[in-house]
Amino acid sequence: MAKLVNVWIDGHHLEVPSDMTIIEAADKHGLYIPRLCYHPDLPPTANCGVCVVEIEKMPVPKRACCTPVAEGMKVTTNSKKLRAYRKTLVEMILSNHDVVCPTCVANNKCELQTLSNNLGIEADTLPKILAKKPVDASSPSIVRDPNKCIGCGRCITVCNEVQTVYALTMTERGFEAYPSVAFEHGMGTSSCVNCGQCTVYCPTGALRENSEIEAVWDAILDPEKHVIVQEAPSIRVSLGEEFGMPLGSVTPKKMYAALRKIGFDSVMDTNFTADLTIMEEGSECVAKLKSGSKRPLITSCSPGWVKFMETYYPDLADCVSTAKSPMSMFGALSKTYYAEQNGIDPAKIVSVAIMPCTAKKFEARRPELNDSGYQDTDYVLTTREFIRMIKEAGIDFANIPEEEPDEGMSFYTGAGTIFGATGGVMEAAIRSAWFLVTGTELEDMEVKAVRGLQGVKEATLDVPGFGKLSVAVAHGLSNARIVMDRVRDSLATTGESPWHFIEIMACPGGCVGGGGQPYGNDIASRARRGLALYEEDRDLPLRRSHQNPEVAKIYKDYLGAPLSEKALKLLHTFYFERSKYTGKVVKEATHKH
Amino acid sequence: MYKEIFSKYEPTKDNLIYILHEIQDKHPQHYISEDAVDKVAEYLKVPANHIYGVLTFYTMYSTTPRGKNIIRLCESPPCYIKGTVNILRKLKALLDVEIGETTKDGHFTLELCACLGVCGNAPVMMINEDVYGDLTEEKVEDIIEKYRRAK
Repeated sequence: MAKLVNVWIDGHHLEVPSDMTIIEAADKHGLYIPRLCYHPDLPPTANCGVCVVEIEKMPVPKRACCTPVAEGMKVTTNSKKLRAYRKTLVEMILSNHDVVCPTCVANNKCELQTLSNNLGIEADTLPKILAKKPVDASSPSIVRDPNKCIGCGRCITVCNEVQTVYALTMTERGFEAYPSVAFEHGMGTSSCVNCGQCTVYCPTGALRENSEIEAVWDAILDPEKHVIVQEAPSIRVSLGEEFGMPLGSVTPKKMYAALRKIGFDSVMDTNFTADLTIMEEGSECVAKLKSGSKRPLITSCSPGWVKFMETYYPDLADCVSTAKSPMSMFGALSKTYYAEQNGIDPAKIVSVAIMPCTAKKFEARRPELNDSGYQDTDYVLTTREFIRMIKEAGIDFANIPEEEPDEGMSFYTGAGTIFGATGGVMEAAIRSAWFLVTGTELEDMEVKAVRGLQGVKEATLDVPGFGKLSVAVAHGLSNARIVMDRVRDSLATTGESPWHFIEIMACPGGCVGGGGQPYGNDIASRARRGLALYEEDRDLPLRRSHQNPEVAKIYKDYLGAPLSEKALKLLHTFYFERSKYTGKVVKEATHKH
Repeated sequence: MYKEIFSKYEPTKDNLIYILHEIQDKHPQHYISEDAVDKVAEYLKVPANHIYGVLTFYTMYSTTPRGKNIIRLCESPPCYIKGTVNILRKLKALLDVEIGETTKDGHFTLELCACLGVCGNAPVMMINEDVYGDLTEEKVEDIIEKYRRAK
């Protein structure tokens, strides 16, 4: 613990640890220093200079984001000189920025817009010097508009340091510098895993999702099409605050009502296939444990993680569960099981997924995910896109009367809903795997050791009839790297994995922190949304996937049993090895069952 | 070629710049290809995007093929004040290229660069390893002619 020092900020006396920066000290005590490139979740890049403050006895102003506090320091955050500096800096950024606020995806959420407004800047003070660059829409997940980029570097920090994906880098130098990918190939031809954390931390609209809203509206308004929709666990805890409700409000039934009002023909729920995933993945896990395999089983729900694994750990692809993600299971079943049960021509079905995720757009387009005879999932909308559709349709979300979903593929247990939080898949799997191994129910089913935001979580359970089951959970790809490197080293040296079962989610916090989540998706709100999912789980009558009556029905009427031939065909997949530089497929790393 | 170059350097990050220079110098077209970046990334265990960032940061590196003779005209303030603009206009006309382009015969590439350290003789340019100072438009014509004859 660093020792405490006395600091005065605008006359307020603070006692803060000596390893804090001025901006951290101010934030901790509710004192606001204007800023643009600084974000509390990320190490400072000190690019913009907006957070300059005056410090007594220092000849020039200093950036509060990267200046540590010191004993007796007296800081002034607001003076005539500082206000002039900040204004000039922001005016210069605006002169090199494509100012199209009313039509920009980040309108009303943009940190540059807010700051310019707060500083009282009038438009076009300086001449426009923006040299327009082409927009990069090569990726199915992410669109990069360099004309809106302010060079803050947050996307590069999150891509390289938090996610260790190494797609984005600062290219050129000085005034010409801007984030791009190696050899300007476009994000669609790079090591980018589509996690979308860059879109979450971009302060402007320079990085956004590749929107499919128009295509979905067209399908909805086409009388020939039968449009079925599924929503990921995280969606129901991420809508409320956009419509004036408290952060972390649990709103599944308002969500169904809004979807029906928008015009979807059938409103189902991804949580149903989350429960189904547990049955398939859990059975796979139990089979692996019983076989005495020394290699671990690793979850496969997170498409950012799957592409990351294909890129950096293809040698361990055989350890990754062959179970498709809940989204892709739903997609395959929507054009087979659902079509048969309801007598609908699968060719007319348009399967839409609402996901907290940009990488799901890439997953939906994987050519191998066509086991229904069609592309299993047609369109993926992020939470942000869904919110835009709700607003476009003029729906008063906070006051819309609650509705139930349609039946067949919508019932879910608490195990399905906690998929959205880091550790949730692990906890859900443990609840059912316990039952599958012992034939009894796990009494204390809340596995607290795998909850929370610690980067790597470990737990060991005593399972009667099996022995010690050791598990690990990682979220954020730099943490995934830590776990995977240990697995790789351990397999190479001792021939045995340190853990039996591993959950990995690409985004910090799990899906609630996904790259498609609403703007302002910082660590604190991820934690709150994660808690909301655990609250929903606590209050549901059924909390174990194997107790889901619709899951029981689909096995009885259609699939037979977990890992049956039909289940393996529709619900399981295989993986590739990909180039670190282009993201392109090199070869198949595993094979379809 | 890469093997031979790598054998001279330990696989540590601080050797990146030297390795890149040597690769570029050995390439007949004086540039660093994607393939080269891949090989260096593997050898040094440095992500390819970082290497690309370094390549575009320093003007001495090129990621596109260049001509046999590389002309680097200094655009730093002392040279600029003493007439870089006029020299640049003359070079563009003589070679029929824009900045960063290579002549059709592949003989010259025209580039701008930062200070070459001989400000006393501004304006200055460098062709390959040789520095030419106190440039005038006439002098530039003679120098280019000399390189043309050496074809």
